[in-house]
Amino acid sequence: MPLVIKNGRVIDPASQTDRVADVLIVDGRVAGVAPNLSSPKAEIFDATGMIVAPGFIDMHVHLREPGFEHAETIESGARAAAAGGFTSVCCMPNTKPVNDSKTVTSYVVEQGKKAAVNVFPIGAITKGSAGEELAAIGAMKAAGAVAISDDGLPVMNSRVMRRAMEFAKSYDLPIIQHCEDLNLSAGGDMHEGAQSVRWGLRGIPAASEDVMVARDLVLAQLTGARYHVAHISTGNAVAMVEYARQKGLSVTCETTPHHFSLSDSEMLPYDSNYKMKPPLRSCCHRDAVVAGLVAGTIGAIATDHAPHAGSEKMQEFERCPFGIIGLETAIGLALEQLVVTGKITLTRMVELFTTGPDSVMRLGRGTLAPGAPGDVTVFSTDVSWTYDVNQSPSRSRNSPFHCHAFRGGPMATVVNGEMVWKRE
Amino acid sequence: MPAGLLGIEELDRAEIEAILARAKDFQPIQSQTVKKLDTLRGKMIVNLFYEASTRTRTSFEIAAKRLGADAVSITASGSSVSKGESLVDTLNTLAAMRPDAIVMRHAASGAPHFLARHLPTPIINAGDGTHEHPTQALLDARTILDRRDRLEGLKVAIIGDIAHSRVARSNVHLLAKFGVEIVLCGPASLLPVELAQLAPGVRLTTDIRDAIRDADVIMMLRVQLERQHEAAFPASEYFQFYGLRLEHMDLAKPDAIVMHPGPINRGRELSSEVADFTRSVILNQVENGIAVRMAVLEKVIG
Repeated sequence: MPLVIKNGRVIDPASQTDRVADVLIVDGRVAGVAPNLSSPKAEIFDATGMIVAPGFIDMHVHLREPGFEHAETIESGARAAAAGGFTSVCCMPNTKPVNDSKTVTSYVVEQGKKAAVNVFPIGAITKGSAGEELAAIGAMKAAGAVAISDDGLPVMNSRVMRRAMEFAKSYDLPIIQHCEDLNLSAGGDMHEGAQSVRWGLRGIPAASEDVMVARDLVLAQLTGARYHVAHISTGNAVAMVEYARQKGLSVTCETTPHHFSLSDSEMLPYDSNYKMKPPLRSCCHRDAVVAGLVAGTIGAIATDHAPHAGSEKMQEFERCPFGIIGLETAIGLALEQLVVTGKITLTRMVELFTTGPDSVMRLGRGTLAPGAPGDVTVFSTDVSWTYDVNQSPSRSRNSPFHCHAFRGGPMATVVNGEMVWKRE
Repeated sequence: MPAGLLGIEELDRAEIEAILARAKDFQPIQSQTVKKLDTLRGKMIVNLFYEASTRTRTSFEIAAKRLGADAVSITASGSSVSKGESLVDTLNTLAAMRPDAIVMRHAASGAPHFLARHLPTPIINAGDGTHEHPTQALLDARTILDRRDRLEGLKVAIIGDIAHSRVARSNVHLLAKFGVEIVLCGPASLLPVELAQLAPGVRLTTDIRDAIRDADVIMMLRVQLERQHEAAFPASEYFQFYGLRLEHMDLAKPDAIVMHPGPINRGRELSSEVADFTRSVILNQVENGIAVRMAVLEKVIG
């Protein structure tokens, strides 16, 4: 059935649109953006007072399937994505087995077809993400992988990383690195600084990220690969990426809502819902990340949605796994931390969720141009709501934003012309 | 969160003074022929030690018994830990037996703080990882005050593996609340610069002579090889640069005292002569441990 989203403020950075209009979707594709559109028998969604944007893309999530279905499945993670206003997610390969083959890639693609949102798998760089032998990159691409990454683990061996970049380039895939020198970060549980020293927790120094970004940028220059830094979190890393971009390298980076919203001084003591990698850094790093979003160095916001079952997070801090869920709180945090504060415009925010990630992943989405896939994110800048993690469609509950009161958030999510979620 | 004792950082000066004063009341009892009171008669205390400990566990157990309480001590080896039970499940099981307090030592920093959010029973921290060891700082303050009128204006040098020391952290928090000049000293790799932000009045140095100069109190820390996950310094030369020897005492105040939380490693962090030195108060610290822990148990349960 055709769908008309009426009277919203349509912001589509790709076509430089920002005006009140209707969006008509027919047969799963955008049929037009103009005032007073209608279609016989069309379903109508009244978006008066709301923002209507191209479907948001989260280029970095963990859906845990196959292997860790107690924490999340592709089905449950996709519903959480829909409830967070995302229409497409790219899922990292650190499943069990690791997505390092066309078999696993195909499995994720098939499960994704039944899910509420578009699911795009990211293949591993190395077999088992062990950092040694290259995975079957070409076969994974043929099966639907849109990028390669050993996320959760960095490729420590510089020679292996060089070869991976060469292959990624020849297959025209972006290579996404989780930047962490494991020798510098070994045993660390949170950002190394005044807070870790106070709490007697072992630190993950900012230098562990900086060192890896620096090495990889040199290798990106050597190989000409399209290189992307996942969840960037330090001032030096942002500065180095900016330097590389000015040199003309194909280098991009993303950051997460928690890295631009929180610092280590806002952590609750020993609360594992504040434990993730990279860790929440000090205020000056957080400010540098925000500045990177403002300046355009950081081109995408990605949630790094990382579900863990309750029992895994109900342990001594140092034993808890890293990661928090983030799909449902991303828009609210971006509005609260970046737009309401006047740091970026609404249009820039939409870019960070649409054209930004799409320019890296090349999904052919992130626009409302006629003929584009009918993915639409409708959100409000003034709806008041409180995040109750216990109501989340995710199978996990590990969020530091439980009970957080938001002003602004997703209102409706349309995927390929189907309304898959609506705020109650 | 039930009122226990998780750390010194969150106590205010008046609360600390009250514990120290009460501990002073308990001191004479330690040398009486009948040492038992009935203040906590009918109360049950569980000592749950996830790390090996002789003095702290025994000290808590004796303190409980001298107050008339019943005490059960559990060590991690041979308990449900080895059967794979999670910490929170173990503690919930113990809490279901309705003890009046759980005294806990754990190798993970913050383990008692995490449990305190989920348990109805007051928890007394007997040392958590590299974070805090509140009763040690209290007994150290009691020991200093047995020899000085006040803490204000004193200079205290804490020397050794500061980075991994819960004793150092608790002492810094306590002493800083009383305006003590605190010098932390150790090899640079065990002395993160952020320690200076732990509390007001803290200074760092890598030079032991600088640390000791004009000190009223020299606290030596045990070299905690079990907490070092890498070789943070060449062990062979530790004593040469950071071991306390008799000749160092000439740099300190004439009546300066030497403290150590124990167990001491003679010849590693201090020479045997210093350990047996007349102004070494290491055994007084042990004795005060009982009085201070009686005061803490009484405050928490009484």
